Amino acid sequence: MDIFLQQIINGLVQGSIYALVALGYTMVYGIMGLINFAHGEVVMIGTLVTITVAGSLLKAGMPVALAGLAGLIAAVLVCMALGWALERVAYRPLRNAPRLTPLITAIGMSIVLQNLAMMIWGRNYLTFPSLLPKVDFELAGANFTAIQIIIVLVSAATMGGLLLLVYRTKLGMAMRATAQNPAVASLMGVNINRVIAAAFVIGSALGAVAGVMVGTYYEIAHYQMGFMLGLKAFTAAVLGGIGNLAGAMLGGILLGIIEALGAGYIGDLTGGFLGSHYQDIFAFVVLIVVLMFKPSGLFGEKTGDRA
Amino acid sequence: MKNSRFFRSTVGIGLMAGALIALPFVAALGGQAWVRILDFAILYVFLALGLNIVVGLAGLLDLGYIAFYAVGAYTWALLASPHFGLHWPIWAILPIGAGLACFAGVLLGSPTLKLRGDYLAIVTLGFGEIVRIFLNNLNAPINVTNGPQGITLIDPVSFGAFKFSGVTQILGVSVSGPQKYYFLLIALAMLVIVINLRLQNSRIGRAWQAIREDEVAAKAIGINTRNLKLLAFAMGASFGGIAGGIFSAMQGFVSPESFSLIESIMILAMVVLGGMGHIPGVILGAVLLTVLPEVLRYGVGPLQMALFGKMLVDPESLRMLVFGLALVLVMRFKPAGLWPSPERQRELAEAKQ
Repeated sequence: MDIFLQQIINGLVQGSIYALVALGYTMVYGIMGLINFAHGEVVMIGTLVTITVAGSLLKAGMPVALAGLAGLIAAVLVCMALGWALERVAYRPLRNAPRLTPLITAIGMSIVLQNLAMMIWGRNYLTFPSLLPKVDFELAGANFTAIQIIIVLVSAATMGGLLLLVYRTKLGMAMRATAQNPAVASLMGVNINRVIAAAFVIGSALGAVAGVMVGTYYEIAHYQMGFMLGLKAFTAAVLGGIGNLAGAMLGGILLGIIEALGAGYIGDLTGGFLGSHYQDIFAFVVLIVVLMFKPSGLFGEKTGDRA
Repeated sequence: MKNSRFFRSTVGIGLMAGALIALPFVAALGGQAWVRILDFAILYVFLALGLNIVVGLAGLLDLGYIAFYAVGAYTWALLASPHFGLHWPIWAILPIGAGLACFAGVLLGSPTLKLRGDYLAIVTLGFGEIVRIFLNNLNAPINVTNGPQGITLIDPVSFGAFKFSGVTQILGVSVSGPQKYYFLLIALAMLVIVINLRLQNSRIGRAWQAIREDEVAAKAIGINTRNLKLLAFAMGASFGGIAGGIFSAMQGFVSPESFSLIESIMILAMVVLGGMGHIPGVILGAVLLTVLPEVLRYGVGPLQMALFGKMLVDPESLRMLVFGLALVLVMRFKPAGLWPSPERQRELAEAKQ
């Protein structure tokens, strides 16, 4: 029972990180039908920028809270600029290209960003400065830290903000209109280019927040960390029904919890045959099973024929 | 008139054959490493043409193609190495590897092929990762794959007493191991090219193209879309399995590291960058994407020295950076690939108007 609650808590924390990253994938996909494979790399850059900024401010003697905040803001700004540049330079010229073309571009950009990061930050693991106090709590036999609570709260607040933006503002309305039908939206006076750029910028900002949280949680960062994180988050977005904001959030949290529970119980379930190092399999097995029964994800609408 | 055309095409084919035969010996002047790079280029041509059946002809986006390659490679590694003490002949292993890969393709395809577009892509991606994770961890409690260490001392390809490793004298010319593999791979590549060509205009190939263009319409005119999609998947997978077996024998070593997602993506990039569905384009893409990183490996370091007099940045990361940029730039200026089929070019031109 203790393990159960413990793993639910761990899964919730990991899942809210997945959810934030998944939102970046799903926003871009919903509006322009593109899998932005470079999004995981944007998250990675967010983490590494925070390390540099917050780390050097701490060394200069700034209080922890201020340095952390400065690091977060720097990460968000850099990632927003990066997202904007990605769209402008790599994807916009390919708006009318064959469907797989932007996918290869995305892969190219992902390789470029990874290697740029390696040139700047080196190929070694970097320690993330500890920005939050290490306080432990106990609830019904399960342990959790202040960091975990803050991660869940911050991602909930960020997602709430995003929902407000999409459903209560003019920009959000323009985004939803573009997602439904870009041609008609543009006839209604929506500036498609601006909307798509906004989707990239906002998605990257969410990714930066997620990157900072990953760093605080695991206290370690590396130029290749974006790849698996991005893959899992993308899986989460598809699980929830890609293009659907609520789907990405729930898909992310669900994936985090399934993974944590799976890792906790797989040994017992298979009589010790499979160990917890099979953790990464759950994400994909669950995905395949869900899509077999719900071909458009848990909350997705039926997609058109675009193969 | 007719005679001269016949004459010209014969001369053309003769020249090409001569060039293909001479190539490994010319490359050997720069060291056997270059012959090995050539071998890999042709292996990737083989793989890319296999994937081309799935992606280019049938229009099914497969991001887990490397899983089938892995199945073939591990089949060879397990049946012809000291790991289990088995040393089966090529006649047995290659068909088993292809068969198992084909089975894996059907296993994955039958429940998932009703998925459309990107959903299929992510499912195949997930499948590829599952295969890799299993290869990485199936060393306990029963040691099947030897985990991350991989399997070593794998038997080379051999027909009877003729081994493909080591130097042999053929007609007074000493031919090295990689050079022998080169000719084996060329033969296999020819085979897959012929199969691709024959498929393209066959009943099945036309049906695939119909499915690619509009699945609903294809179904409406009586094409059994489910079976044909499954066939494309299975066929692509079998080619992957064969290529995997040869890879395993050629390297003498396999480990799960060779079968990561980035490999699947690279093969897809070869198909798309070259010109999806167009055989010469796919060949060009495969050769270019195998040789370019190697050329950069040898070129980037010295170039830096010449320009700045010192190593400014790590040549390894600079090499990949240039590679990534090349992908982006080619797609930017040649969205349909470097050498697209004439029909596709026309379609694209029409879409622009």
